[in-house]
Amino acid sequence: MEKFTRDDVHPKILEALLADTELTVEDALENEMILNMGPQHPATHGVLRLLLRLDGETVMGCVPELGYLHRGYEKLAENMSFYEFIPHTDRLDYLSPMANNVAWALAVEKLLGIEAPPRAQYIRMIVTELARIASHLVAIGALAMDVGALTVFLWTLREREKILDIWDILCGARFTNSYTRIGGVANDAQPEALAKVKWFIGQYLDNLDECERLINTNRIFIERLEGVGIISGDDAVDMGLTGPSLRGSGVEFDLRRAQPYLFYDKVDFNVVTYPDGDSLARYFVRADETRESIKIISQSLDKMPQGETLLNQPKKVLPKKVEVYSKMEELIHDFMIVNFGVNPPVGEIYSAVENPKGELGFYLVSKGEGHPWKCKIRSPSMVNLQSVPRLVKGQMISDVVAIVGSLDPVMGEADK
Amino acid sequence: MEFKELIEQKIREKFAGRNFSFSEFRGELTLTVDKKDIVQVCTLLKDDGDLQFKLCEDITAIDHARRTDRFTVVYHIFSLKNKFRLSVKADVDESDCSIDSVTPVWKTANWHERETFDMYGVRFKNHPDLRRMYMPEEFEYHPLRKDFPLMGIPGSLSLPKSPLNPPKGDLK
Repeated sequence: MEKFTRDDVHPKILEALLADTELTVEDALENEMILNMGPQHPATHGVLRLLLRLDGETVMGCVPELGYLHRGYEKLAENMSFYEFIPHTDRLDYLSPMANNVAWALAVEKLLGIEAPPRAQYIRMIVTELARIASHLVAIGALAMDVGALTVFLWTLREREKILDIWDILCGARFTNSYTRIGGVANDAQPEALAKVKWFIGQYLDNLDECERLINTNRIFIERLEGVGIISGDDAVDMGLTGPSLRGSGVEFDLRRAQPYLFYDKVDFNVVTYPDGDSLARYFVRADETRESIKIISQSLDKMPQGETLLNQPKKVLPKKVEVYSKMEELIHDFMIVNFGVNPPVGEIYSAVENPKGELGFYLVSKGEGHPWKCKIRSPSMVNLQSVPRLVKGQMISDVVAIVGSLDPVMGEADK
Repeated sequence: MEFKELIEQKIREKFAGRNFSFSEFRGELTLTVDKKDIVQVCTLLKDDGDLQFKLCEDITAIDHARRTDRFTVVYHIFSLKNKFRLSVKADVDESDCSIDSVTPVWKTANWHERETFDMYGVRFKNHPDLRRMYMPEEFEYHPLRKDFPLMGIPGSLSLPKSPLNPPKGDLK
C-alpha cells in the first residue's frame, strides 16, 4: 500500500485545517491529530466528509468537504423544460421527494402566475405533511441509531413504510414519486388512498408514543444529546439555520406560518420550538412536529373540496390526455408545450417552502424561453451543514456523530 | 406605511446621490445597487431597527452571457420581524470579476459565496476562506457559466490518486 503524506492533501484545505495550530511530526503523542471522517462513513448520513483536528478525543477544528454527490442539477435545469425537471427534484432530498415536487410546482406556478385548483392544493398539503412525517421518522431513527439505540430505527421505519404504501396507491411509486404537475397533481387522490391516510393518522400517534417511550427516558440517549452542540437563537439565524434545527434554538420561524403558501393559513397548527438549542432539543422539535403534521392532515381531509385537480389552462398547463385526443386547441397546445415548453414571462422569482429539513428555495430566472435561464436550489441541508464546525468545536469525536445526526442532512440535497 | 415604502424611504435617506433602483415582479421587491455599495447596503438592511433583515437565505449569481455587466450577484434576505423577503442585486463586470464579501454582515454568507465563486468564478473580496465548494480544487473551469458545455470538458476532472489507481508510468 502506498502511504499518503501531507503533500497529497491540497494545500488550501490543509491551510484551512491548520489555521491556528503548529503541527509537528516529531512526537506523535504530543501533537494534535488529523482524523478524516467520511465520505464513506455510516454515521455521516451519506457522502459527507469531515476533516477533524483532534487533541486527544476533543475536536479542536473541523472542515466539512462537500461535493461528493454533486450532479450539477442547476446546470441540468438550465437545459430542460420546467416539466422535465420534476423527476430531478425527487433526487434532491430523497427522504421527502413529495415535498420537493410540491416546492418545484409552486415555484414554477409563481413564475407563470397561475394557481392550482383548491382540491389539488389540499392534496399537496396532505402529501407534504406525510413527507414531513416520513422524513422526521428517518431522522429520529437514524439519530437514535447514531447514539446507540438500534430498535428505534426499526420501529420508525415500520411507520414510514406505511406512508410509502400510501404513495404507492396514490401515484404508483414508493420512492421517487414525481406526483405533482405544474398547475395541479398527476391524478386525483383515490378513495383507497384517502382511506389509508385516515387509517394512518388514526394509529400514528400511539405508535409514535411507543417509539418515544423507548428513548425519551433512556439515560444513555439523553446524556449523549443533552447539552451537545449548543447554538443560541441569534447565532442560529446568523448561520442561516432553518427548519427544526432553527426552531430547536427557540426561534419561532416557520415559512408555513411566516409566508403561508397552499392553504396553511386556513388550518390550525402550532409552530414547535424548544429553547435549549442542543441536539436533544432538535430531536424533540422533530418528534413534536410530526404531531402537528397529523393535525394538519386531518383538517385538510375535512376541508378538501371536490373538483378538478389540474388547472384548465391549455396554454400554460399540459392538458389531460383525453382532451388532447378529442379537442383541436388542446392538441395544438400539448404539442407546443411538449416541444417548446411553457414560456413564462421575462422575470425572476424566489419561491421558498418549509421542507422537513428547512427552507427549500428555488430561484428561477426566465428570459421568456421554455427552459429556465437559471435555476438556483437553496438547499436547507447544505446551509445547515455550515454550522457543523461551530457546533462540534470543543466536543468529543463521538459527539460529532450525534450533532450531524441531529442536524439531519441529506447529501443528495446538500450537494445538488 | 407599507413595509415596501419604508425600505425605499430608508434607502433613499442613506444613499442619496448613489445609483440604486427598485423593481417588483410577482409581488417580490428587488433592490439593485452598485457593487461598491453592497456591504453598506446590507449592513443598513440588517442593522436598522425597523428593517432587521437578519436571515440571509441565499446568495447566487446570474450569468447573462452579455458583453457588459456579464454577472449579477443576487442576495435573498428575509426579515424575521416583518416576515418580508427582499432581493438585493449588484452587477459585476467580467473584466473585474469581484465584489466585496458580505461575510462580516451574515456569517452564513461564507458557504453561499464559496459556492458562487465555484460555479461562476466571481471572486469575493475579504472572504475568509474562498475555496471551491463542490468541484475539486484543481478544477480550472466554472461550470455554471454559460460558456461551459453541458457535457463537461473531457479530461478536466482528474481521478484522485489512490493505491488502486497509481499514477501512470509508476507501476512496479
